[in-house]
Amino acid sequence: MDTLLNLLLLLVILLNFFLLGSSRLVSCIRTIAFQGGILSLLPLLAHGFSGHTLFLAGVAFLLKGIAIPYLLFRAIRQVHIRREVEPLIGYVPTLILGTLATAGAFIFSGRLPLIPEHSQSLFVPVGLATLATGFLMLISRRKAITQALGYLIFENGIFIFGMLLTEAMPLMVESGVLLDLLVGVFVMTILMHQINREFSTMNTDNLTSLKE
Amino acid sequence: MENNLLALLLLLPFCGSVLAFSLPSDRLRPLLLPLCATPHLALTFLVIQSGRPLTTANGWIGVDPLSRLILPVISLLFLGCSFYAVGYLRCRIAWGNRNFVGCLLLFLSAMTLATISRHLGLLWVAVETTTVASAPLIYYNRNRLSMEATWKYLLLGSVGIALAMLGILFIAYAGLAGGEHVSLQLDDILHGAANYSRPWLRAGFVFLLVGFGLKVGFAPLHTWKPDAYGEAPGLVGALLAGGLTSVAFLALLRTLQIMDAASEAVMAREAFLAMGLLSIAFAAVFVVRQPDFKRMLAYSSVEHMGILAIGISVGGVATFGAMLHLINNALTKGVLFLAAANIHRRFGSKKVADARGAISLVPLSATLFLLGFLAITGSPPFAPFISEFTILQGVFSNGHFVTGGLFLFFLAVIFIGMGSTVLSVVFGTPPEKTGTGYENYRDTFATTGVPLIMLLIIFVLGVYLPDPVRHICADAAALLEVRP
Amino acid sequence: MRTTILQLFLHLFLLFGLSPLLSGVIGKTKALFAGRVGPPLLQLYFDIWKLFGKGMVISRTTTWIFRAGPVVGLAVPLLASLLIPFGPVGAPISFSGDLIFFVYLFGLSRFFTACAALDTGSSFEGMGAVREVTFSCLAEPTLFFVFIVLARLSGSFSLDAMFGQTLATSWHTAAPSLLLILVCLFIVTLVENCRIPFDDPNTHLELTMIHEVMVLDHSGPDLGMILYGAAMKFLVLGALVVRLFLPGTTGNMALDILLFIGGLLFMAVVIGVIESVMARLRLLRIPQLLVGVSLLSFFSLILLLR
Repeated sequence: MDTLLNLLLLLVILLNFFLLGSSRLVSCIRTIAFQGGILSLLPLLAHGFSGHTLFLAGVAFLLKGIAIPYLLFRAIRQVHIRREVEPLIGYVPTLILGTLATAGAFIFSGRLPLIPEHSQSLFVPVGLATLATGFLMLISRRKAITQALGYLIFENGIFIFGMLLTEAMPLMVESGVLLDLLVGVFVMTILMHQINREFSTMNTDNLTSLKE
Repeated sequence: MENNLLALLLLLPFCGSVLAFSLPSDRLRPLLLPLCATPHLALTFLVIQSGRPLTTANGWIGVDPLSRLILPVISLLFLGCSFYAVGYLRCRIAWGNRNFVGCLLLFLSAMTLATISRHLGLLWVAVETTTVASAPLIYYNRNRLSMEATWKYLLLGSVGIALAMLGILFIAYAGLAGGEHVSLQLDDILHGAANYSRPWLRAGFVFLLVGFGLKVGFAPLHTWKPDAYGEAPGLVGALLAGGLTSVAFLALLRTLQIMDAASEAVMAREAFLAMGLLSIAFAAVFVVRQPDFKRMLAYSSVEHMGILAIGISVGGVATFGAMLHLINNALTKGVLFLAAANIHRRFGSKKVADARGAISLVPLSATLFLLGFLAITGSPPFAPFISEFTILQGVFSNGHFVTGGLFLFFLAVIFIGMGSTVLSVVFGTPPEKTGTGYENYRDTFATTGVPLIMLLIIFVLGVYLPDPVRHICADAAALLEVRP
Repeated sequence: MRTTILQLFLHLFLLFGLSPLLSGVIGKTKALFAGRVGPPLLQLYFDIWKLFGKGMVISRTTTWIFRAGPVVGLAVPLLASLLIPFGPVGAPISFSGDLIFFVYLFGLSRFFTACAALDTGSSFEGMGAVREVTFSCLAEPTLFFVFIVLARLSGSFSLDAMFGQTLATSWHTAAPSLLLILVCLFIVTLVENCRIPFDDPNTHLELTMIHEVMVLDHSGPDLGMILYGAAMKFLVLGALVVRLFLPGTTGNMALDILLFIGGLLFMAVVIGVIESVMARLRLLRIPQLLVGVSLLSFFSLILLLR
């Protein structure tokens, strides 16, 4: 069970790398969906089968694996955008930064005062690394949709970290969190559509009229 | 019975929102706003009247002195804005208002939930919902600028709130690492906080400070604020500046409560002080020669959040002052934003260069704007004077002379900076050709009555502080005092 | 002493005997996928035999460097093969730090190939040399990270020990890291041997090709040496991949050797499948992918050191 868990978490990291290095939005969204699917398996593997974990896994799979990717696919279909052409920071530099951040997360989490049961678990370093990846994506991309993807990866990182604490998170709160995420992405996709219609591009570079 | 009261308080605006989304008539729909807001205020008074602390059976929602303080503030502000909205939406009938009314009521529901939740997870969900619900409100004008403001608001708000989630998880982990029962219920956390693992607790505090601080709009996390407040319709600006910031500040106060319980108050208060001073300093820099009077109000909001933070951090009598100031700030921001919205509509521009001499064109709104400016900058006899003076008194009596000096200096700069903008808007020579679009706007009771009443309230509070208000503030302050 | 001589003999036998066969297996697999009959499995043997029987045409502008390229290209894989174990057969030559020697042997061969290409004075061949050098310098860090991971796991700096008996136990303790470096090493093998998706060994006179362009001017026995050398290089790097993939021993020497040969052939089939289902990458994407692979190998090191 633990080996499988660790392999899945490792896969999450590899998907992070792929997301940082890929310019094709369709494959990025697919990867996000895949990552969401993997994340929905984590509660079952980490805490065994129970009503709580089954429900959480189901909701996470529905929202992170299906609903949100569907919304994003619909958004890029509406605006006819296939790739992010000119990121603010190039793909190779973001990849390198991402790897350094991941390495940092692994080294840093070795120093955290974790309780003994968690000291070997990959949840903390992978969670932190995913957070860092999302953050990197947020700051290095121009398109509204890739920024939204960054936010999603960021949320995934928090979800992974939250796996350590499922007993503290009642189901209602957990589903509220996921639902908020869904609605947030929904509003974002609507805005993307509007931005694209107004500026005939989705680059957030155009959103610079408001400044001092 | 009292628990049902709380449930009703939550469900009323929520059902109103559902109704608003399903009601077909654009003409009748805005009436839902006062129809929900009035009973909401009545219920709020019922809730704060019952002296005992209210909690539901599982302890997830409940009313403590802090909720008693903030609940009436947002309820009152919302009621005012709802009456204003009826008149406003009548002018904009062609634009449709399904999303606007629905989201407004959802926003109220989420703010109420955030105020009375006693579970950090629930609090987080509520605050995140306010972000999502208010984004369509900011976008109401449907132009490029409002689009930009909404995108920034949504993305920054979501990321900030995600950081807060991380902070909450860290605090839960602190409990786990400290060998306590893992729970996110505020009462459980406050009870066991003394044993919590310090490193996790501190890291959690930092993330919460950044996350909720972003919603509050502390500098340098305030960048979304001028954009969002500037581009949103006036009444949304009022609700954001008066309501949402108060709710987010409440979330920060909850964090502070936890830190107090864990005897980490010193670190928390220093962080608050630094954030507060930085906010005032930023506001002072940007408010001077601000060419846009709605953005100026946003910076004023940043400033007042800074003042609140300083008041909280200093402690003693300043805490009481800060609690009082929270009420005053919310109501005064209501006056200012609504008056500014009227002036904006008259001139079709919110640039000082285009909108001048409002006193001759919209005399009532201009007067309200001027008086609101005097109130917010802490001139007697308005209530913010009392609260700011109390905070200052606390700052000096606790020996923070440098802080006090800087505080006074920045307040003076802001007074001068805001003053020059406000005065030229109110008294300048009107431009030859006044703007586009809404030239036929005249002051009516529907658009000036609400800010007038709010101004009267803060005037009354400034002259005479009724005992119930004093008690509410004192109780809330007592909750935040460090108990040795 | 006797075992060393036996190992040497086995190494040379496998190297000379088996290496052209792998290329035939790849070709056959691709033909199968394309629905063709394809060249016979032993085609490369025939090609090499034929080339060694031919005369040479050498440009008048070239110097001895041009002739040295193919010779070094043949000698280097031969030498390198002696440093590594072929499956259960230990390395005949082994010393501490030979992993660096191993990497730079290939560097030497690349240097001479590139020099020989430049020596012709053709701008086309110069371009190929530039690409070859660029991509291999991006692939080199990966190889080093892979070796560092293995050195860390085995506690030794000689390739013989790194790919020796400890490998099987390491799979139990550090499976994720080993899995990652297996992928990395496989990709390095593809890059170093100019396979799809990095380079297409079958294209000629195409502006995007890399390795083939450098050897356009060679003919006769020189070209034969180059082909033979390339096949050996493929076998040498492939042997590392197969060893990493099949670390255990059954105890029976003959069976182990058969397993090893089977592994090599299987790898050739896998490469054939990859070449059939993938297109060559755009030239601009290759460095990006190579950097990504280096980072992956770096990450596997971090994972191990955690």
